[in-house]
Amino acid sequence: MGYDLMLSAMRYASPTTVAEAVDLLGSDPAARVYAGATDLIPQIRAGRPEPTVMVDLKRIDRLCAIGSNGSTYTVGAAAPTADICGHDGLAADFPGLVEASGLIGSDQIQSRSSWGGNLANASPAADTPPSLIVNDARAVIAGPGGERTVAAADVATGPGQTSLGPGEIIVEFELDQPPARTADAYLRLIPRTEMDIAVVGAAARITLDGDGNVAAAAIALGAVAPTVVRVPDAEAALIGNLPSGEVLGAVEAAAAAATNPIDDKRGTVAYRRQVAGVLARRAVSIAAERAAQQGDQS
Amino acid sequence: MSRVHVTCTINGDPAEFLCDGGQTLLDALRDEVGLTGAKEGCGTGDCGACSIVMDGRLLCSCLVLAPEADGRNISTVEGMATGDDLHPLQQCFLEGAALQCGVCTPGFLVAAKALLDRNPDPTETEIRYGLAGNLCRCTGYDKIVRAVQAAAETINES
Amino acid sequence: MTVTESKPSYKYVGTRPVRHDGLEKVTGRARFAADLNMSGQLHGIVVRSPHAHARIVSIDTSDAEAMDGVKAVITGDDFPAVDPSHRQYDMCINVIARDKVLYEGHAVAAVAASTRDQAQAAAAAVKVEYEVLPAVLTIDQAMAPGAPLLHAHMMTAGANPPAEEPSNISNVTRFSGGELDAGFAEADLVIEREFTTQPVHQGYIEPHACVADTGQDGHTTIWCSSQGHFNVRSSTATLLGWENSRIRVIPAEIGGGFGGKTTIYLEPLAVALSAKAGRPVKMVMTRDEVFRATGPAPGTKLRIKLGVKSDGDLVAGDAYLIYTNGAYAGPGGLLGAMTVFESYKIPNFEIEALDVVINTARSAAYRAPAAPLTAYAMETMLDEIAEELGIDPIDFRIQNAVTEGDPSTMGFPFARIGFVECLEAVRDHPNYKAPLGPNQGRGVAAGYWFNIGESSSATVNLNEDGTATVVTGSPDIGGSRASMALMAAEELGIDVYDIRPVVGDTEAVGFTDVTEGSRATFATGMAVVEACRRMVVELRGRAAKMMGVDVDDIDWMDGQAVYTGSDGEKAPLSVAEITAKAKRTGGPLTATGSLEAHGAGPGFAVHLCDLEVDPETGVVRVVRYTASQDAGTAIHPSYVEGQIQGGVAQGVGWALNEEYIYDSDGVMENPSFLDYRVPVASDLPMIDAIIVEVPNPAHPYGVRGVGETGIVPPIPAVANAIYDATGCRIRDLPMSPIRVLDAITSNGGSNGS
Repeated sequence: MGYDLMLSAMRYASPTTVAEAVDLLGSDPAARVYAGATDLIPQIRAGRPEPTVMVDLKRIDRLCAIGSNGSTYTVGAAAPTADICGHDGLAADFPGLVEASGLIGSDQIQSRSSWGGNLANASPAADTPPSLIVNDARAVIAGPGGERTVAAADVATGPGQTSLGPGEIIVEFELDQPPARTADAYLRLIPRTEMDIAVVGAAARITLDGDGNVAAAAIALGAVAPTVVRVPDAEAALIGNLPSGEVLGAVEAAAAAATNPIDDKRGTVAYRRQVAGVLARRAVSIAAERAAQQGDQS
Repeated sequence: MSRVHVTCTINGDPAEFLCDGGQTLLDALRDEVGLTGAKEGCGTGDCGACSIVMDGRLLCSCLVLAPEADGRNISTVEGMATGDDLHPLQQCFLEGAALQCGVCTPGFLVAAKALLDRNPDPTETEIRYGLAGNLCRCTGYDKIVRAVQAAAETINES
Repeated sequence: MTVTESKPSYKYVGTRPVRHDGLEKVTGRARFAADLNMSGQLHGIVVRSPHAHARIVSIDTSDAEAMDGVKAVITGDDFPAVDPSHRQYDMCINVIARDKVLYEGHAVAAVAASTRDQAQAAAAAVKVEYEVLPAVLTIDQAMAPGAPLLHAHMMTAGANPPAEEPSNISNVTRFSGGELDAGFAEADLVIEREFTTQPVHQGYIEPHACVADTGQDGHTTIWCSSQGHFNVRSSTATLLGWENSRIRVIPAEIGGGFGGKTTIYLEPLAVALSAKAGRPVKMVMTRDEVFRATGPAPGTKLRIKLGVKSDGDLVAGDAYLIYTNGAYAGPGGLLGAMTVFESYKIPNFEIEALDVVINTARSAAYRAPAAPLTAYAMETMLDEIAEELGIDPIDFRIQNAVTEGDPSTMGFPFARIGFVECLEAVRDHPNYKAPLGPNQGRGVAAGYWFNIGESSSATVNLNEDGTATVVTGSPDIGGSRASMALMAAEELGIDVYDIRPVVGDTEAVGFTDVTEGSRATFATGMAVVEACRRMVVELRGRAAKMMGVDVDDIDWMDGQAVYTGSDGEKAPLSVAEITAKAKRTGGPLTATGSLEAHGAGPGFAVHLCDLEVDPETGVVRVVRYTASQDAGTAIHPSYVEGQIQGGVAQGVGWALNEEYIYDSDGVMENPSFLDYRVPVASDLPMIDAIIVEVPNPAHPYGVRGVGETGIVPPIPAVANAIYDATGCRIRDLPMSPIRVLDAITSNGGSNGS
């Protein structure tokens, strides 16, 4: 039974530079990043954790900006997913990632949720990490030792666990413009139509060659293991083939086999495994269809 | 621990209040400012009864720390009507019987206004997904969706 | 749409005015309980048990009492002892545990402090030593030989022969009629099915809240959100051992109840804290507390056997119903027994219903309590039989439906009812024949609720300007104030907007029972009509005085006193003209109506659900929904539709996703709106409400309660539609994606039984 902790004892800080934020977080182990806080505040109310300082990152311009230099997009780690969903360039180049971004909670939550929060919160069921991973997103991380860039796939290491060191924050994400005839898709299973945590999530990115065969494939699953799971067997089954028929059956089987789910209040092992296969197959189909349409347009 | 002094704009008027560092904006609006239109239905961002708009963004005020409001522009249900003139959404909710107990109504009105500000002519599906963050346990949503449709028509005609 | 028998034409009844309390609710000004603050108030927090079943060894409040800002700490010892034979024993020990805690979340102590933070810190500092006992979490565990007992004194009530040993079975209900064996012998088709369901929560959006202010004179005032403030008064008085007259309860606006606010949780604690501290105390539950500690509806295990002749006549029914009402005796089984066979002519039947206690929160009423579950079982079985016999499911129900004069389960004959009319309304609706797409299915189901009368009071005060104030004692949980104003307008002949309907506090209006059993517009409406009719008598008398004529020559027509005598022409007198002269004709104009209402007309509903199943994931989406219901007379049709539509939404949630999930220690795992999944707007389509009007002969305007019946048919309607879409009969709730996919996978989509 959670009691609200002494909220009156908590301090709020709103740095305007990355350096200030890193300094605040690095100097107090009980300081917490306060970005969207859509998970953090309910957790605090339930009695865990008990931060001393909440470090608001949303007044740091760089963390909220969305830009592109023509070949690479830079998306602030705290940029609201509402802004991401409203960004024409991202929506055109990464439709699946943008869909995943739009699935995080209600319109109210969309004003606050972000890729950085979604990834650093390290929930196995988070919606955007599978899509970030199939798109080879990179996370730029700032900390007391300066900045470093890592693959988004390397940030979460387990439920609630990340590779971020003390005082480190994700500053922004880098996403390379996808090659021609490339598209992604994301599907998730929730019992309702909205407002649920994914029971299973599946992201796929497909690149087609001129004949419509798969030239490159990336498939990643959420909520079926402690961290996002890639499905190399499914990716291998696709390469060089048309994304249809038996090949898709192989994708489904490989995806189901790649899972390592748990039984919990939101789903069972058997259900998650079966549906992971279904969603992976469907996500591949949608991504391939989008990629083919791009080919038609060009 | 001394309290935090917040200066902001609420429903178009300058406002200031004192709050605790860890106090939510919902609690500050209700307990420090005295605006009780926003309600706490869950405290976890799952019901939308505490919906407000801050700097143009629709939020669950239960998930916002009050000090964050410093320098911001906040709109609540209390600011929707202009003098005696109700907002078309308020009028359509009344005429369409889109409320029963009424405790979710402020949140729905604020969220629906944000929806129509962004998308003046939404489809039924867009309304339903746009308001999915607001729980109503009385109406089955039918009359709420119809009221939002009617309000959109009224606004677009004027 | 509305399907109406011939009825009188009314000027106000049946129209759709803007509700009188609407403006305050759309502008944020309406005051719900948590919106109230008293100067100098303290904040009260409840200390709750982390264990599902434990003996309280000791409670040490000394650390908490010494903390900053703490003004009072109370435990069960601060309340008078209560004997297990006391009529409200369960309620008393549920509000605050005495020697044992019976579920996770059970209140064991409460603290009041200057700030909520201080109170929370103090609550965490109350040291409770528990001796943890094995928890009984399921019906099977509770009924197993040698099961741990929740209540050492509990002897099964109604057992025959009488129980000799205590058990976890609180009571047995038996009804029968005809000759069961002979009935089954006559049957050409007999099927027997079993069902299980889990507890669900009413899910009102407003958590329980109250403020109590106890003065030095030993009197207290409570402001709170409830479905019945007179019940808050009497229950609080019982817990405290006070006279009712020491307590005044002022109703705040109520943010949803659905039955869940017909009982009390916080008020006696707030009063006790306030009395101890000498300050007002405000208490507001968190959503987590609402889920863990307040009224879920019962879970069940149901087994029903039905016999039918090949021509479609039902001839025998045997029901064995087990309800869990949480940790205390409850009426679930009785209500299940009263509803299971009630809608159909079944000449030979036996019903045995058990109520079983387990270590979960005490059940509270939830909209047509128990009936949705018996309907789930019955209506899916009827669907199965109709298919087996090759009869249209609606025609099959019409063939067996009860009509006027048929006996109910308890033997009373039905008065005029509208069940067949509801069935016909759906059968004749275009949606019954609308085309279905791939993976879509259609299900029909009926529902019944008996509705109740009880005590109601109303006062009508005419104001100096000719407007009226109508004061009743019924908290308005869904628009009943507008209905009261409409009936008063019709009676008095003044405009509905010239009437102010008000919910009066316990010292401002006569005793009125809880708003439950869909009784407000029926029973309190009758009290309003009675008061208005007395007022009209008074108005005629005043008018006669003003005109100087005999009162017998005055008629009341269209809001005016009209002279009908033969002594020439006299100008009619309006209400305003009469009230303006009231000082000279006998003083203020006020009239009351107080009554025990009888003849609550039973409500019937028939629903049609179209849905789509994703055969690869088991996800179900409702795509079209049509619901007919007999309202008797719809006083305010918009709010009748609203009750129907709201019932549908709750029923669909119950069918598909809502359930309490406990871990193996009895700790609730989903106490939030994130994981306790009530339907959101995008989960539902528009809900076509068909109001059927077969007037209730016992009510002056023909009203039947409409609040509850609408939640009864959705579960079986959804289940039957899932069967239509997939070929799978699912007999366990909720019909979540996991369960639906499992059924599809294991049945191959072909085997329904």
